[in-house]
Amino acid sequence: MSRRILPYLWTLLFLALAALLSVAIGSVFIPLADLWRVLTGQPPQTVSAAATIIFELRLPRTVLVLLTGAALSGSGAAYQGLFRNPLADPYLIGVASGAGLGAILAMSVHWPYSFWGLMAVPAAAFVGALLTVFIVYSLARLGKTVPTTNLILAGVAFSSFATAVTSFLMLRSTGELRRAIAWMLGGASQAGWGPVLSILPYLAIGLGILLLNGHALNLLQFGDDQAQQLGLHVTRTRTLLLVAASLATAAAVSFSGTIGFVGLIVPHIMRLWFGADYRRLLPLSLIAGAGTLLLADVLARSVLAPQELPVGIVTAIAGAPFFLWVLRRAKNQGYW
Amino acid sequence: MLKIENLSVSYGSRSVLANVSLEVNSGEVLALIGPNGAGKSTLVRAASGVVPVEAGAVRTNGDDLLSLPPLQRARFLAVVPQAASLPPAFSVWETVLLGRTPYLNFLGQVSAKDEEISRSALAKVDVLELASRRVGELSGGEQQRVLLARALAQSTPILLLDEPTTNLDLHYQIGFLETVRTLAHADGLAVLIALHDLNLAAHYADRIALLVGGKIKAAGMPRQVLTPELISEAYHLPVRVVQHPFADVPLVLPEK
Repeated sequence: MSRRILPYLWTLLFLALAALLSVAIGSVFIPLADLWRVLTGQPPQTVSAAATIIFELRLPRTVLVLLTGAALSGSGAAYQGLFRNPLADPYLIGVASGAGLGAILAMSVHWPYSFWGLMAVPAAAFVGALLTVFIVYSLARLGKTVPTTNLILAGVAFSSFATAVTSFLMLRSTGELRRAIAWMLGGASQAGWGPVLSILPYLAIGLGILLLNGHALNLLQFGDDQAQQLGLHVTRTRTLLLVAASLATAAAVSFSGTIGFVGLIVPHIMRLWFGADYRRLLPLSLIAGAGTLLLADVLARSVLAPQELPVGIVTAIAGAPFFLWVLRRAKNQGYW
Repeated sequence: MLKIENLSVSYGSRSVLANVSLEVNSGEVLALIGPNGAGKSTLVRAASGVVPVEAGAVRTNGDDLLSLPPLQRARFLAVVPQAASLPPAFSVWETVLLGRTPYLNFLGQVSAKDEEISRSALAKVDVLELASRRVGELSGGEQQRVLLARALAQSTPILLLDEPTTNLDLHYQIGFLETVRTLAHADGLAVLIALHDLNLAAHYADRIALLVGGKIKAAGMPRQVLTPELISEAYHLPVRVVQHPFADVPLVLPEK
């Protein structure tokens, strides 16, 4: 019994510690005692400034990063299961390139500094991401089925196209170049609970659907034929999971930019330590992904304090060597 | 009981199966033989609903299985695929449990009864001691037997096997077919097994059907189908059919 609960305990502990770190660390030093007082709701006058920082800035940011990490890792695990490919990540069929194109298009317009103005870039990124997935899916479809190979090829092709257009636009409007690159590496840090509330419904739906389909993903590991012969409606399930994963990823990416490696690495670590059963892999990836991105974000904020490094740089620096290690490992070990 | 009626399958404009009709009774093993490209695998896949059919039906006691949703169909018909690539990280136990899918809720929650049935399936195929091993660590023969156990865990009256002995050595070939035949006779299963080895078919099947170019050329007792004329024509190879020296079955020998 405890063998089944233990992985959850470990990952939840990891997440709790990472979240605590995230709220505790920042450019303004807040003593732990004060932090504890604020979080447990004892607001004497002296810590009201700290309370503002924590509740208006750090807590929302922590929750946003937490949700983003969960979404990327959960989708990553689902994509790896759907495509039966250890190199799959949430951006495989174009979410990143679509979001980037949407964002840069929105950035080339000067929006008023209002609520809707601030929402323009994230909204455009979100729409761009989903539109891309839709286009790639339509391109890849052959009658009633959507062959996996077609999806990957169409995704690669369309991503190249979208990236080319994005690069062109970026070079043309050099004023926005730095802003665009910064967005792609880690989003535009927006204060407050707005971002969290904006993405929460999409994450709830997308990740909720994924979590309910662990058994289906297990079946899909045996190939479409066997999965169908065992009773799974393969085409319908694949489409549903693709949409759900893409929805969660698009929402995560819209405010946080296209952070790489989290969606690829975390599911692999979870698989290595806790096994390939997707009924467990998905929730564990969600929790561990949240904690991992929180840690990366803390590093991004502290390494060059008070300057903030984009989170995407931290994940890439840590991710690249790990990625190579996975490639080597996947060949000999039977953990996949 | 399995009744395939006038099944026709095409890949694009190319006809792969034309008006194929077959009947397999409960407790009977029907071997499907034929040259490469005759359509044996296609027939198994079409009957299990994986390949769309142009015309025809697959019936068991009335219901057309092809019109059922996959989950319902999987309660009647289980398939042992050909040398399938299995995800190496899954354990034998997890793999066989998946055979209970048609009876589980969509979350895949397993009851004590499902575990009981799976354990019994593992025992029937004599792979119980492999239960905790990872599928990737097993030999080809062991993997094939695990797939058979999974199909048995599905508790279906019909079993389809697509050339299950292709990559097995002689020891495993014989063992596998012995098990299938015993189970068919003991548990009253209707078994359709695509085989490329004519002599194994003669030995382990109750009846044989010869499929050539997508059409059934002959069906009946081994002696009726394994004739020099039919086999030579089907395989474009002169053959002689003799009496097996110590079993009451025909023996097909190439005449070279």
